[in-house]
Amino acid sequence: MAEASDLAGESLLELLAGFIVELRQAGLPVSLTENLDAMEAVQYIPLGDREAFKYALAATLVKNHSHWRAFETVFEVYFSLRGAEWSLDPDASDFVDPDEDQSQAPEGAGEGQQAQGGSGDSLTPEELAEMLYKSLMRGDQSMMRAMARQSVRRYAGMEPGRPVGGTYYLYRTMRNLNLEGMLERLMEQAQEDSPEPLTPLEERLERDEYENRIESFKKEIESEIRRRLVADRGVEAMAKTLRKPLPEDIDFMHASREEMVQLRKALQPLTRRLAIRLARKRKHGRKGALDFRNTVRHSLSYGGVPAEPKFKYPRPSKPEIFVIADISGSVAAFARFTLHLVYAISGQFSRVRSFVFIDGIDEVTRFFEGTDDILDAISRVNSEADVIWVDGHSDYGHAFEVFWERYGQDISSKTTVIILGDARNNYHASQNWVIKEIRNKARHVWWLNPEPKAYWDTGDSIVGEYATYCDGAFECRNLRQLERFVDNLV
Amino acid sequence: MTSQDPTNPSPFDAEPRFDSVEELRTALRNVDYLSDEGIAGIVYLADRLGKPILVEGPAGTGKTQLAKSVAEVLGARLIRLQCYEGLDESKALYEWNYKKQLLRIQATKSDTEGQNWDEIEDDIFSDEFLLERPLLEAIRAIDPVVLLIDEVDRVEVETEALLLEILSDYQVSIPELGTITARQIPMVFLTSNNTRELSEALKRRCLYLHVDYPDMEREKEIVLTKVPGLTESLADQIARVVRSIRQLELKKSPSVSETIDWARTLVLLGVEQIDAETATGTVNILLKYQSDIQKVVKEFAAEQKSFSRGGILSPEA
Repeated sequence: MAEASDLAGESLLELLAGFIVELRQAGLPVSLTENLDAMEAVQYIPLGDREAFKYALAATLVKNHSHWRAFETVFEVYFSLRGAEWSLDPDASDFVDPDEDQSQAPEGAGEGQQAQGGSGDSLTPEELAEMLYKSLMRGDQSMMRAMARQSVRRYAGMEPGRPVGGTYYLYRTMRNLNLEGMLERLMEQAQEDSPEPLTPLEERLERDEYENRIESFKKEIESEIRRRLVADRGVEAMAKTLRKPLPEDIDFMHASREEMVQLRKALQPLTRRLAIRLARKRKHGRKGALDFRNTVRHSLSYGGVPAEPKFKYPRPSKPEIFVIADISGSVAAFARFTLHLVYAISGQFSRVRSFVFIDGIDEVTRFFEGTDDILDAISRVNSEADVIWVDGHSDYGHAFEVFWERYGQDISSKTTVIILGDARNNYHASQNWVIKEIRNKARHVWWLNPEPKAYWDTGDSIVGEYATYCDGAFECRNLRQLERFVDNLV
Repeated sequence: MTSQDPTNPSPFDAEPRFDSVEELRTALRNVDYLSDEGIAGIVYLADRLGKPILVEGPAGTGKTQLAKSVAEVLGARLIRLQCYEGLDESKALYEWNYKKQLLRIQATKSDTEGQNWDEIEDDIFSDEFLLERPLLEAIRAIDPVVLLIDEVDRVEVETEALLLEILSDYQVSIPELGTITARQIPMVFLTSNNTRELSEALKRRCLYLHVDYPDMEREKEIVLTKVPGLTESLADQIARVVRSIRQLELKKSPSVSETIDWARTLVLLGVEQIDAETATGTVNILLKYQSDIQKVVKEFAAEQKSFSRGGILSPEA
């Protein structure tokens, strides 16, 4: 293959070195040995085989599955223009339009060999949609890829040198394709095709199948856009623009929907790990006080010398946790993740009570009791909790006041209070005396703020006023910081 | 790595075991292990590079089976070290046979008086009194072996250090005997369920392979190979149902082995077509948590319009 010699020609090593630098930039911990391993590994791989090449690099460089996505993005950017079938030049492409050999395919198929290559540009949008529909119906991979190329060329409106990110083009393409409508159509077709009406189960299976295909089509579009961007602006520039943060570094407040899904996926193993680690720590921690009587008793066998000190079994007190969370729009995601994490390790605490507020406050402990399904409970919190008092804009002062009135007497010296929020109070009164009172009664009061520290106390943020009365206020923007906090909490 | 004694041919120059990824894949298929390109590719690389493979992934996706199958393909002996909390050197590497040593000393005392102490010491710290544990056994083996270190995430971080010497240099240092180097590089597999983060030092020495739930096509094939008497269409339905279940957020998604169990059950029950009733009636084979079962039963019975699941196209809360 032409590409193999290409790669060897322009010094594979240099390319790899650049690739690894970019991986490090993206936050992946690539050590020197791993770097060397990768260089050795690619010798054994046929360079023309893109997939094998990718796996070889992944196996040597990425040692954590949650880093896979970041790796994949960098890989796509660096190697997107290599490989014949990925060539941008349509004439040189050995990629044949899959419509060629299908006589029943709509017009345009014959024109596949047109100067522009790909399936002809002369198609009307309706015909294009029709072809896409057919390819999704059949689940034909190469056809879908061709459709993705065609749609991007047609709808993304990409202009050379325009400094826009890939998401903008993706949005434009998707808007024109109307994939939701496509799914409905596919489902209707499936209904019609089956001799008898589909049972809910069958319908569901069909839908899953089509959703899957549409998702893979979407991926094709994304990679097509990326390819074109790279071709236009060069590898280094694009690697920088498209860099994806690792899941543990995703900012709660600015996560896109796709990143939210990532976060939720990352949260599951994280809570499990945390729970196991904490349980172990408890078991292994030898921090019990000296057991004087026992030590003296054992000292008898050493002639009265206390040679073998004995310790009491550690009985760490399990704290009682009160979580008070702002669930107004901007910080809702953060509150959700923290609640999830706290409940997932609730076995480490003697009791967890949770309260949510916007301008009114409501206790939501009841949603979590008697259910194993934390996610379900959290979605009920969002829909059922009574948190609106006047207008649904955050009012920390009022919420705290009501909290103190209703639940203040429950706080004891065993209680640790965790307050979650950005303290953007819409210029209401702060009522920070409540925090002071809580501090006097409780064991600890912590404040977690999902905003970067630089933004604290700017605008209507009054976190400083509250923080004076807390034991500590922490920036908590991503899973990494959240995990560290919870780890120290126990 | 290359500074080996010239008289003792370096184990790192050994003949590669597989000629190509394709060959390996076919061989694995012949022993009923259906690999994908990634899995076969990495095993192939590990052989070429002489490196251990760290296999990670959810429970029940065939991590341990991979090692067993590779052993079968190679006709090698599988040496397995099951890790657990509290595993130590004497269980993993080697131990001196203390009782035998004692006997030896006592025997010496009674017959040959005056044998000097150094001689006895040399004698009782020799090979004869060494009890091999799995790691040492794998290193000293002459016949081909595959070493499987199972669930390595269960040992404490400190114990991990025991493995490092073996994994990078394929040797074991015993203070009384010196260093024992491998005669051949065994294939080494480490599996982990990712209950904790493994140390950087360990990861650095391994190739990393993430084994996830197989995609639908592969799962179908797996079920077909493993369950005799299964029809193609039923296998297809099974794979599709399982895929749907895995898309839900569950405490524990069904593993491949559970899928196989389910397929066996369906065959035994003489089912030809999975309807909602059969699915909900036998779903407890796939799922082990009551809350998961309830969720799935509810989802399967639900009318299409009222899905609570955040599908890719439906807006999310």
